[in-house]
Amino acid sequence: MSVSGYKGKLGEILESIGAEVGDEIEVLTGDGRRYVGYLMSRTEYAAEGLITLKLRNGYNVGVALDDRAVVRKVSKGRAPSFTREELPPVNPNLPRIALLGTGGTIASRVDYRTGAVRPAMTTEDLLSTVREVAEVANVESEVLFSVYSENMTSREWDAIGGAVHDRITKGYEGVVIAHGTDTMGYTAAALSFVLQRPPVPVVLVGAQRSSDRPSSDAATNLLGALSVAGKAPFAEVVVAMHAWHSDDVIAVHRGTRVVKLHTSSRDAFQSVNSRPIAYVKEGRVIVKAEKLNPRGAIGYSYQPGFDERVILLKFFPGMKGSVLQLLAERGYRGFVLEGTGLGHVASSWIPVIRQLTSDGAFIGMCSQCRYGRVNMNVYYNGRDLLAAGVTPLGDMLPEVAYVKLSWALHRTSDPDDLREIMLTALAGEIGERSMPLRTSWSDEPWA
Amino acid sequence: MGLSYRDIGLKVGLEVHRQLNTSHKLFCDCPTDPIESGEKVEYVRRLREAQSELGEVDPAARFEARRARAVVYRADTGNVCLVEMDEEPPHQLNEEALRIALTFARMVGAHPVDEVHVMRKIVIDGSNTTGFQRTCIVATGGSVSIRGKEVPIQTITLEEDAARILEVREDSVVYDLSRLGVPLIEVSTAPVIESPEEALDAAASIGRLLRATQGVKRGIGSVRQDLNISISGGGLIEVKGVQELEEVPKVVEYEVRRLLHLDKVRSELKARGVRAADVLGETERDLTDLLSSSRSRLISSWVVKGGRVMGVRLPGFGGLLGGGDVRLGKELSDYAKAWTGIEGIIHSDELPGYGLTSEEVVAIRTALGAGERDGFAIAVGPERRCREALESVIERAAVATEELPEETRGAKTGGVTIYLRPRPGAARMYPETDVPPTRVTRELLERVEREMPPTLEELAADLGKRYGLSSQLAWELIDTEALEDFRKLLGTGVQPSFVASLLTETMKDLKRSGVRVELIDLQRLNDYLRLIAEGRTAKESAREVLGYLANNPNSSPLEAVQKLGLLAPRLEDVEREVEELVTRLAPKFQDKDPFGPLMGELMRLYRGKVDGAVLSRILREKLKERGVAR
Ligand SMILES: [Zn+2]
Repeated sequence: MSVSGYKGKLGEILESIGAEVGDEIEVLTGDGRRYVGYLMSRTEYAAEGLITLKLRNGYNVGVALDDRAVVRKVSKGRAPSFTREELPPVNPNLPRIALLGTGGTIASRVDYRTGAVRPAMTTEDLLSTVREVAEVANVESEVLFSVYSENMTSREWDAIGGAVHDRITKGYEGVVIAHGTDTMGYTAAALSFVLQRPPVPVVLVGAQRSSDRPSSDAATNLLGALSVAGKAPFAEVVVAMHAWHSDDVIAVHRGTRVVKLHTSSRDAFQSVNSRPIAYVKEGRVIVKAEKLNPRGAIGYSYQPGFDERVILLKFFPGMKGSVLQLLAERGYRGFVLEGTGLGHVASSWIPVIRQLTSDGAFIGMCSQCRYGRVNMNVYYNGRDLLAAGVTPLGDMLPEVAYVKLSWALHRTSDPDDLREIMLTALAGEIGERSMPLRTSWSDEPWA
Repeated sequence: MGLSYRDIGLKVGLEVHRQLNTSHKLFCDCPTDPIESGEKVEYVRRLREAQSELGEVDPAARFEARRARAVVYRADTGNVCLVEMDEEPPHQLNEEALRIALTFARMVGAHPVDEVHVMRKIVIDGSNTTGFQRTCIVATGGSVSIRGKEVPIQTITLEEDAARILEVREDSVVYDLSRLGVPLIEVSTAPVIESPEEALDAAASIGRLLRATQGVKRGIGSVRQDLNISISGGGLIEVKGVQELEEVPKVVEYEVRRLLHLDKVRSELKARGVRAADVLGETERDLTDLLSSSRSRLISSWVVKGGRVMGVRLPGFGGLLGGGDVRLGKELSDYAKAWTGIEGIIHSDELPGYGLTSEEVVAIRTALGAGERDGFAIAVGPERRCREALESVIERAAVATEELPEETRGAKTGGVTIYLRPRPGAARMYPETDVPPTRVTRELLERVEREMPPTLEELAADLGKRYGLSSQLAWELIDTEALEDFRKLLGTGVQPSFVASLLTETMKDLKRSGVRVELIDLQRLNDYLRLIAEGRTAKESAREVLGYLANNPNSSPLEAVQKLGLLAPRLEDVEREVEELVTRLAPKFQDKDPFGPLMGELMRLYRGKVDGAVLSRILREKLKERGVAR
């Protein structure tokens, strides 16, 4: 049996003394140093020729072993045992919520002896780590799969959609989906189209700081999400995450309007071309938007399925239109362009675009300006692009347009039908009125 | 009693923490100096510890959890970025800090590890935004010698300094983030120190070596000593945050006195047959009605607010709660205060007092069923708090019958320590996966070797050779950490030995006589020395001028010298005055040398205004002109 992470000569030495990860070993280095500690695993990319030891004082150190070094096994490691605290009592009057895991770790335990972090996989694990959950909802959790969010595809979107649909038909009062944050916005958009006019809230939630740290935002985000799932008067697909750096307010974003705008901050998720539809503060759901799909809405329809022959392209100066040609030859049928400004690509693209649209491909236009709507009537180039068959997509976010087109193409390949679907607001993805980004400018950076 | 520290088995280990003067923090690129931009951020967090795999409840964590409070963080973006705010992953380990730690390791003969692994040490009191302190072992082993005794070094670590606490409120605690992330070196010795004097020597010796690295910060708050103290048969006492070196032996003395006293109390309780179970069986009683008309301000002020007075009997504790500066009563109330935040705990041995009459004390005794040999404690405040506080009192009193418990205590001035929290179990640490391990390469060690700073002995010798300083003055400059200022002030052109004694002896004297010398910044000192160099005032004015500057933080040295009448007259005026004096008085001396008496006269006129050397030069010149000089 090989010793985790130890290759070559070192691996052989450890094997020869029967040392495994977790065993206590003693090392005498060639230059006379002596260390006693638990053998830790090393990662794939760690420097070779060293072992990691966890000393008795809890610290890890890396020790290089040369030919003169002597290694001895002191004692066999103990397997960690986890004694769970008594679970909080179930309150039957609280809403019944389904919690679906997809790979984001919403709760975890730390084994300080080995430094290992173990995700909570079951409802019981969750309840014993975030005990307040029992005060908000009766949660039944299930891990659907465990996928880094950047590895997700439309297959996972459908799997999640199917699981949510199942819970909705089983009468759960809300569904919460724990999700890795990188592509949570895409999944939120996908579910917005798959689950149309749902009767209960569907809430995606993640964490920007992993759940093994005391400062993690996972628990507060989860409790906020459960509050929305259990109490919100609306039934929308939403994302619930920190509104700001503070732990006290959770913002609830519409699934078709939310983007991850920061790589690491807790307030990474922001509504773009829209405002959060609600906030959660001290367990209270404060609704800010009007005309939301109400809880218990009738006319729910489950519409799964995505077509993979769709691409999202960001235009940049000098980019050649032949890219579209190549993609079309590879079978792509739907294109969402992130154009410049009000919705432009180089005029040299016009012949290619005209040809593709006349062949039945759909080409939609969004803007790479993060905010605002496209308007292709202002400049000649825009009008030429329109004439060549480009469909302007208003204030729809490019990521959302991409997801929607993939979903629409699964339903129809008729260009006119596609255009109609793309231009019809199905889940709040299109807005007719643009609002100022800020309503005041109170801090005066020039002062 | 003739108390021998060796007889009682005193063992002390030291942890010396010192801020490093690196250009940026340990895991981000913010400056380590408290630079303010004026742009402020304030936000609120709640910390929760991920449950331990072992499922063990850590006493220190339980303590924090019981006081679960919101944490308010304040930051100025001048030296705080998203890393300190825990909104961005840490950057690489600061190599400059690593080199300083390796330099120190080399000085004490410690062995560097081959690869530095950054760990997360759980701290959930809010002082770290992450809920853990990043810390790593750089080297192990080595020793410092004090009076011929080798004190082994156990570990040399690098860690992040914590946020500074600003305020503790009822339900929240406020921290400033400026200090968070400043690199700290921590040097831990083995617990082999056996007397207060040895503790002082060891701390001083480590302090000197740290200074010799030339990489540490100086001034208030840059150094902190933690002491691990135990005597035979007692639990380990960890005293946190001893800032001044002179406090180190005082803390050891205080702790020994405290532990011996508690040990005596324990024996007495045992002799009286008091058992922990008896104490734990006691329950608190409400005394509010009994004392509703009491004249005690402490009580009435709470009763009008709807607060309660509650009491609990401490069976067999009569006469054992009071005493001198170390007493069980203080332990009980400190303990209750730490766990519940309550202020108003009174015990029987301090009564009558606090406005309570002896009649009321008798009534309390009766109500609690406390006989002559029993003690009692009362708590004043909101009912729930009173109950919790008295339960804490019972808990601590029960322990007092059995053992000297291990504790984490905080250092106050004068060596006094106060209960802070229970000692944590095994350090709760796990790897900081956001920071890859740093290989201590041969190149790095060679660079450290190449750049080894001179030893302090070499430095002192050099100061003597280069500036003509006495060995004592040189060492004082080093020990008072004034070397950097000394070098800067030499630019004024004033004699080095004068600058050195000004920074050391004069400052020390002034400080001793109560002058707040910390209010005299380097710039004003520099301006003052320039006045001396230009002959505008005399060196003899130093004490007066510095005293004035400390009392008038907005005054310039020139103003000070003018206000104090110490401004030198112009040189030609002095020369004319001397000439006049010589003309007038010299003839009277005839065959005697007039220099001495005339000089005395001049000093009387110009003391503090004109440098004596200048006066003497002019006088000699004038006497020579008149042909009276020898
Ligand atoms: Zn920073």
